[in-house]
Amino acid sequence: MKIAKEGKVQIRSKSKFLTLIFYISLVILSSCSRSASQRGLIVAGSTSVQPFADRWAEVYMQKYPGRIVNVQGGGSSAGIQAAKLGSAQIGSCSRELREDEEDLYETVVARDGLAVIVHPSNEISDLSLEQVREIFAGKIRNWKGVSGKDKTITVVSREEGSGTRGSFQEMVMGKVRIFKSAIVQDSNGTVREIVANDPNSIGYISLGLVDKRVKALKLDGVLASEENIFNHHYKLVRPFLFVTNGPAKGEVKNFIDFVLSQEGQEIARKAGLIPAGEGER
Amino acid sequence: MKNLQRNEKLVQISLLAVAFSAVSILAIITVFIFEEGSPILFKHGIKNFLLGLNWYPTEQSFGLLPMIIGSLFVTLGALVIGVPFGLGCAIFLTEFSSRRLRQIIKPIIELLAGIPSVVYGFMGVIILVPFIRKTLGGPGLSVLAASFVLGIMILPTIISISIDSLQALPPSYREGSIALGATRWQTTKMVLLPAARSGIIASIILGMGRAIGETMAVIMIAGNAASIPRSILDPVRTLTSNIALEMGYASGEHRQALFATGIILFIIIMILNWIANITSARRKA
Repeated sequence: MKIAKEGKVQIRSKSKFLTLIFYISLVILSSCSRSASQRGLIVAGSTSVQPFADRWAEVYMQKYPGRIVNVQGGGSSAGIQAAKLGSAQIGSCSRELREDEEDLYETVVARDGLAVIVHPSNEISDLSLEQVREIFAGKIRNWKGVSGKDKTITVVSREEGSGTRGSFQEMVMGKVRIFKSAIVQDSNGTVREIVANDPNSIGYISLGLVDKRVKALKLDGVLASEENIFNHHYKLVRPFLFVTNGPAKGEVKNFIDFVLSQEGQEIARKAGLIPAGEGER
Repeated sequence: MKNLQRNEKLVQISLLAVAFSAVSILAIITVFIFEEGSPILFKHGIKNFLLGLNWYPTEQSFGLLPMIIGSLFVTLGALVIGVPFGLGCAIFLTEFSSRRLRQIIKPIIELLAGIPSVVYGFMGVIILVPFIRKTLGGPGLSVLAASFVLGIMILPTIISISIDSLQALPPSYREGSIALGATRWQTTKMVLLPAARSGIIASIILGMGRAIGETMAVIMIAGNAASIPRSILDPVRTLTSNIALEMGYASGEHRQALFATGIILFIIIMILNWIANITSARRKA
């Protein structure tokens, strides 16, 4: 008799538990099925653009309460794919569009320099583009080859498919392949981390992310500075694109207009980017 | 009474559904990987994938040999470091230590298995990689660094399964050998290890499975160069890191080639599991 009673009590608490789970799942499900307009605008794509897009979204949402912008990563190609399929209203991209992607609408929202970086202790501070190409092609394997110390060069590159690598390939390497034994990292941050720690290394990252722990090289005698990018002296500049499927309208246009406004461009400049209107080639 | 029977039936059916869904998820994953990856395997030829030396997926060059060799090198290195340590530890804890010491140390070792792999990778980057760079030269991100960290990561698997199989031996083996005048080490070497051999081999193969499947820690410390390493100080890329590194940006054929990488990894792991099953089945017989 007693045992049966205990059993009943247990069952009751169990069913309470089940009811609780039921309500929780209801809440979760209902939040999933909110309409697209409530979920807000989705900007997905390049991890190079992401930190800046986050900043734009933050200020935009502060300025216009009620409007929501979600920024996601995934990579340039993934962003373009998302814009094409409609899973994001805006795809962000840190390289020029390829031929098979040109049916999409692109807006240049900012420009970014690409810096070739070495360890601060490296005595070399100036290389020609030709020398950089030979180092990344694996033809020059020792710093001696560019009149530096007698040390093997640790070449650090990005993974195949990355927007940063794509731009570097296009602007520096041309048809020449980056050699196979180069170390590969999957973000600007980890490339910088390795170069900051390895005295014999060389890598390339977004100019906006260069800090005191690494040294940006002069290329053909030109320093990677904002000024040199404005007056077209520095060659390694790539666009940051917002890509939409069809002309931007409504909420999408509002956000892009904000990004292109003086305020939006000022945010980009403060974060180390080059405003979209300037430095055009 | 009727109510109870109905409940029984209900429980049985729902448990069946749960068990079946686990199996069907595996089936769905298998079908999906093969469906996504096999077209490109056949289009460019399986031989080109398995034996090609150049991985330039955006230029239709899909040689996976450096990654296959990379995975095998790193796994082998992990075993060279993990097996002697793991086995030694297991022998010490079962044969030479007191019961109390074992009760303290074994859970601590099993805790190693609970540390997320990104933490191992981080420790590797902060401590091991600069150490290798300074003392042995090279970039530091290397086969050696990856092998060392993976060797530590597979320790709990090797130790706990080896301990279990040593402890499962009948006490008469130990007693008989010692009664014949053998020392403890002689007993271990000549009686216990051969008797527990299949269990120990199974533990090594399971550790190997863990090492070959590990991704996060390896990406952080192996350097990921898609070329065959010439020394243990060269950077290396494994099959798993190949997928994880490039999946964010991959599209079209490049993406399919990553699924093809998955197929090859899948087959290698299936073979390992199959060998593990055979050896552990032999142990029970």
